This record gives sequence, structure tokens and C-alpha cells, in this order.
Amino acid sequence: MEPISITFKIDLISDTIEKVHRSALIKVLRQMKKVLILFAHPRFEKSRANKALLAEVRGLDFVTVHDLYELYPDFNIDIGREKMLLAAHQLIIWQFPLYMYGPPALLKHWIDLVLEHGWAHGSGGCSLEKKQLFIAVTTGGSREAYGADGFNRFALSELLRPLEQTACLCRMMYLPPFAVQGMASLTQEHLGRYALLYRLAIQGLCAGEADLAGIVRCEFLDVWATALLHQGAP
Amino acid sequence: MIDGFLYQALIYLAAAVICVPVARRLGMGSVLGYLLAGILIGPFAFGFIGREGQDIMHFAEFGVVMMLFLIGLELDPAHFWKMRGRILGMGSLQLGATSLLAGGGLLLLGFSWQSALASGLALSMSSTAIVLQTLREKGLSSAESGRSAFAVLLFQDIAVIPVLAVLPFLAVQTVARAPGEHAGMLAGLPGWLQTSSVLCAILAVIAAGRYVIAPFLRIIAGAGLRELCVAASLLIIFAIAFLMNAVGLSPALGAFLAGVVLANSEFRHELESDIEPFKGLLLGLFFIAVGASINFKLISDDPLTVIALVAALLVLKAFVLILTGRLFRLSFDQNCIFSVALSQVGEFAFVVFAFMHTLKILSGPWLDTMMAVTALSMTVTPVLMLINERLILPSFGTPEQEKMPEDTIDVKNKVIIAGFSTFGSTVGRFLRANSIEATILDNNSDRVNLLRKMGFRVFYGDATRLDILHSAGAADASILIVAIDDPATNCALAATVRKHFPGLTVMVRARNNFETYELLDIGVPHVYRECLDASVRLGVDALVKLGFRRYSATRAGQNFVKYDEAAVHKLAPHRHDEKKYIYTTREQIRLQEQLLANDSRSSHGLTDHAWENESGSCGCPD
Repeated sequence: MEPISITFKIDLISDTIEKVHRSALIKVLRQMKKVLILFAHPRFEKSRANKALLAEVRGLDFVTVHDLYELYPDFNIDIGREKMLLAAHQLIIWQFPLYMYGPPALLKHWIDLVLEHGWAHGSGGCSLEKKQLFIAVTTGGSREAYGADGFNRFALSELLRPLEQTACLCRMMYLPPFAVQGMASLTQEHLGRYALLYRLAIQGLCAGEADLAGIVRCEFLDVWATALLHQGAP
Repeated sequence: MIDGFLYQALIYLAAAVICVPVARRLGMGSVLGYLLAGILIGPFAFGFIGREGQDIMHFAEFGVVMMLFLIGLELDPAHFWKMRGRILGMGSLQLGATSLLAGGGLLLLGFSWQSALASGLALSMSSTAIVLQTLREKGLSSAESGRSAFAVLLFQDIAVIPVLAVLPFLAVQTVARAPGEHAGMLAGLPGWLQTSSVLCAILAVIAAGRYVIAPFLRIIAGAGLRELCVAASLLIIFAIAFLMNAVGLSPALGAFLAGVVLANSEFRHELESDIEPFKGLLLGLFFIAVGASINFKLISDDPLTVIALVAALLVLKAFVLILTGRLFRLSFDQNCIFSVALSQVGEFAFVVFAFMHTLKILSGPWLDTMMAVTALSMTVTPVLMLINERLILPSFGTPEQEKMPEDTIDVKNKVIIAGFSTFGSTVGRFLRANSIEATILDNNSDRVNLLRKMGFRVFYGDATRLDILHSAGAADASILIVAIDDPATNCALAATVRKHFPGLTVMVRARNNFETYELLDIGVPHVYRECLDASVRLGVDALVKLGFRRYSATRAGQNFVKYDEAAVHKLAPHRHDEKKYIYTTREQIRLQEQLLANDSRSSHGLTDHAWENESGSCGCPD
């Protein structure tokens, strides 16, 4: 008899906790962090590049790092929470290692579940309108291996087309990808430089004075960030 | 040869083996089966055994001794402290009121005040053996009625110590013991010396439990011989019984004390598993002896007196118990079960009456009458409980089946849940959250009333009964979830259902691997170990706290569960390869060993080659 009444009470309590939790979340979101990194890596503990990139930007106060495999190990994504996060940010980044020419399963799952018809796209689906999105990707093959003549036969931008179109469908502005490529030959110094470029790119895009037309003309965001570095910008 | 040991063993065992299954099949419980077996083979029915039933009883009392030892083992001081309110409150109220009323009644019958007081105390005791066994078989041990009954019985068991110690003071004349009579060596001593030696013996048992028995068992365990451990366990009990007999105390009490003292030692489970089978067998023998010793001649000579006495006692005891239950806020149903269960006179009365007779407080004819009354009341209890369960409670208490308005009567739920304690209720709430309504079977009336108030469809009663299963709609349901707290009941229910409702999918809760094997043996494939998922989840969280990625740890946990399920199914048929032993804890340790050996041969940890494949077409993406 006891366990039942107790569990019913717990239901009530967890309801209130949920409400408190939500209101706290909303309060945090009011402060409007601008950048949301949706990070997906099923073997992050073995990664070098993604670790370096994330370490560089994790501490920035306008950046929210959202580690999907850590949050949803059972693939049970809280759609409402994800939508609130999206609404509260202006620049969205999908960061992941490229597996078999696509994002890891959980990010694809996230895309399938969260970007709902009527909310993200379709009639009335304009929640993501005018937000910016870019992909931060790491690949084992070098940049040369991705091209019509290369081992992988297609350019990286071509392989990312489905994701690009998803962003366009959701009326977001799709920016060129930030790509760390040729993992086998990258030393720790190389990775440190890429991490710096990553931070510069994010800061540059948030500064508000970014020359978006110029950026879109670049094939890679890291190339644009290299140019920023040479100009001696922040 | 006809009086030989073999002949007797043959009679007793055959009677038990025939009567007990029949009694259980008829829903009467094993205690009544044993008692009937005793009556049948006793001198007043078939007469296979004569008056030596009395001697058998002395021997079989060892079952009670062992039972109290086991109760003591279960009862470490912390547990006792938690129950102190119930034990002291209910126990003292029941014992005091019953003794006074029964003693007062006997005064009116012309007893001297000493013998009335002593008899009142003896009659207020209930039978631990019958009550606990019956309640456990009915799955009521953890219901309010079961707990209260246990508390009262415990108080009585403890109260026997002072009662027996004080009895010599009530002796009106110096005791002259007939030669050859079973007696302690202290019998001739003055009262104060007897009392102090009784206290000394009790202190000796407590001290021995702490400073002698535990080290002794450690040495025995070092020898590594299984039968030696059993022998040592039995030796402890026999030694205590001998000591207690020597000072004229009940051996059961000494055993109980020793059990309490040993409850915190590392040998608790070892002792339990060693003594359990002997206890069961001897308790059965004890019940048979009780049945055989009922003096039907006395009863037929003067049926009115005996029957009137039995009836008066049962009513009186039940009356006091009902008031006690009321005072401690038991609900109507639980109070009925509690009062009827404890309404008989217990086995300690035999001891006390015999002691009173040797102290010359009780005359010979009255001794016989009282013995007959006690035995008869013990025999009647299981019947009364059956009447209470089948007739009284369904008509006056919680009905077995809820009266439904006409339009909802043909609602058939696809799922039946048997047992709605923590496990079953979690399943039920989960199903309900997904709009699956389940029919619930439970035998705790408090819970049943609550659930009905909350709108569940609940049947009250023993889920293993075919008629209840039928009325709950087992014939039309597709799934039966078996989640009763008592594993033996779960097993029995699963077997019944497989036989009578072969189309019904049975999903059973099991506590451990051992129970899982039992269930797999009777052909139930859907077995859920209640601790498996929780312990793996804890392990996963521990990995996360040690710095593992949550996803990797979760995957490893899921893999482990899959692997473990497969291992259990694989090992199930092979577990009897080695020599068979019925001692369950040992078998469990051996099974654990097999599993661990299997673990080291397989790998089921954090290895996912897919994401680390350097030769893939994309290369290692990092």
C-alpha cells in the first residue's frame, strides 16, 4: 500500500521539478547565448580534433555546447527542450566527424525528430527563419582526397548537400563548412591552429559586421578564418 | 518388526506425502494436511501408531526449536528495534488481556489462583509454527496482518522466558518428581535457585553465541567439508536444547536467543541453508504428532466440555486480538486475518502445561483436557482461516470481485497483473501511462481497497486459485504478468497457468539467477530478474562518474544485459551437471562461479570497431 501512495507523490514532485527546471532554463536562455554547437560524436573519448576544437570554444560565454551523445545515450531526444534551445540561439553549428559520408546516427536522428513540419518547415514552419547554420566537420581523408579526381570522388560540399538543403528547407542561411581534414598527418600544433581558427570564425560571425556575401563565396569557413587571422582581426 | 524404526518412518512419511499434496490441492495449506495425516494414522483412526505419538512429539519439537533459531537469525537487533512499537504494544496487550480473561474464566471453573494464572498465561500463547507457515503460504507475511501476527508471536516467544522462570514460585507444594520422568537436573532445588540458574543459562547462551560459536564455525568452515558444516549447525542447536532442558527451560527459547546472537555473524546464511530442510521436515513431523496426540477418547467421553472449552478459548482470544488490531488501526480485513490466525493455543502450552503438572499446579485429568484443547484448537485454526478467507471476508470485507455496473461488466483487459507490490505496481503504472488497463490480482486487502478507489479493476484473493484466475478473465487475456513477492508462489502460479491456460503468455519476475533457472525449468521463457537492470544501470552511472562517456557506458551496459541474459539461458540446462545439492545458497554461489568463468571467456565491454576502422573509405575521421 505504501509504495503506491509514495510513487504518486513522486509523480507530483517530479512535475513541479520539471516546471521549476523549465523556468530556470528559460531564464538562462533569456541571456541569449548566440551560438549553439550541436555536437555529435559516438567515440568522443578517442577523438583528437574534435576535442581540440571544442576545448577552444567551450568557455566562451555566448557559446552553448550541446553534446548529443552525452545527453541522449538512449537516443530518446527531448524535442521540446531542443526546440527551446534552437529558438534561443542565432548561429547553429552541427559539429561531427564524417562517418561514411554523413553525420553520426544521433545527429541524423536529431534532425529527423526536432526539425518538425509546421515548426521548422512547411506551412507555418518559420521558427528557424534567418538563423545561420554551418557544419564543423572532421574527416580522415585529406582535402585533396575529396574531389572529382580524388579517392572519395566528390567534393566535401557535394557530400554535405542533403544537410545544406535541410537548412535551406528550414529557411536558414547555410554557410560554408569548417573542415579539419587529413587527420593522419595533423600534429598537435596543426590542431591547435585549427582550434584557433574555429574560435575566430565563430567570433567573427557573431561580431555582426561579418561580410556574409564574402563568406558565402569561400568554399570553406576555415579558409575565411585564415584570412581574418592574416588581417590581424580579433 | 512392526514396531521398528523403519515401519514408523514408513508410516509418517507416507502419511505426509499423501495428505499434504491433497490438502494443498484442496486449498487447505500444508499445516492442515500434516495435522490430518496425524489424525488419520493416530490411535483413534487407523491406529498405525499408538500412544507413542507423545514421544514423537517430544522429538518433533525440534522442528519448533529450529524454527525459532531461524526466526532469531532473521531478527537482528536493528530489525527488532524498528518493530518495537508493534512487538511491545500489541504483544503485551494481547498477552496481558488474554491471560487475565482466560485465567478469570478458569477461576470460575474452580481453579486455584496459581493454576488459573499459569494456565491463563499458557493459553494466551499462539502457535508460531502454524501461524507463520500458514501466512507465508498465503503470501501474507508482508501484509499488515502478517507483520502484526509476527510481532505478537515474537513477544509471546520472548515472554515464555519469564513465564517459565516464574512458574516454580507458583508451586503450592515441594515438587516430588516421579523417578524416570523427563525432568531437568535442577528439579529438586528451591525456587530462587532454579530461577537464578535459568537466568545463568540464558546468559551462557548469549555469551556462547558471541564468543564460542562464531569462532567454532570459522574453524569448521576452514575444513571445507559440507556435511561437517551441517553437522556443526545441528550440534549447536542440540547443545543449546540440552542446556535448556537441563535447567528446565524451553529449548526453543534458547535456540531463539542463540539465533538472535548469531544474526549479525557472517555465518547467518550458511546456518539458514543448513538447517532449513531439517526444520521443514521436523515441523511437518511435529504437526503430524499434534494430530496424532489428540485424545479423541477424552473428547468423545465428554465432548461438550472439550468443545465448549475450545470454542470459548477461540472466541476469547479472537475477541482480544480484534480489539488489539482495532487499537493499532488494522483495517477490517487485515484485522480478521490477524485475529483468526492467532486464535489458537500454541505449542508452548504443551510445554507449560507439562511443566505445571510436574510442579503439581495442574491435576492429571485437567492436563489431558488442556492438552486435547490445545491440539484441537491448533487443528481448527487452518480451517477457520479457510472459512475466514472464503466466506467471511468475501461477504463482509473486501469482496473478491468488485461489483461493476452492468455496462462495464464485459470489459476484458488484455493484461492481468498478479501481485501489485512495488514491482507489479511499477509495471501497472507504466502500462496505464500508455493507456493499457490491466486487471490486478492481489491478496493484500488494504492495497486492494486503495486500488479500487483509484479505479483499477482488482480481484482480491490468492492468485494461484483457478476460480479467481477464471473470474479475472485469464481465459481471454493475452498476457499474465506474475509479480508476487514470494518466489515459490510465482513459480506455482506460472506452472498452473501453463497447464490450464496454455494460450496465455506468462511474464514472470524473478529475484535472482537461481529463481530464473527454476522458471526456465518449468518452461517459462519470459523471466525478468528484478535486480539485473538496476544493477547494470548503477554500474553504467559508476563508469560515467569515473569519466567514461555516457553513450559508451550506456552501450556497454546494454551489451552486458544482453550477454547476461544469453549466458543465463545457456547455463540453465547445464547447472545440474555436477552433483546435485538442495542447499540453495551454495548452489547460487556455484552458479555465480560458472557465470564469472563465462565472463572471462567472452568480451562484452567497450569495444566498437565500427567507429575506429582506419581502413574505411573515409579513413578515421576522428
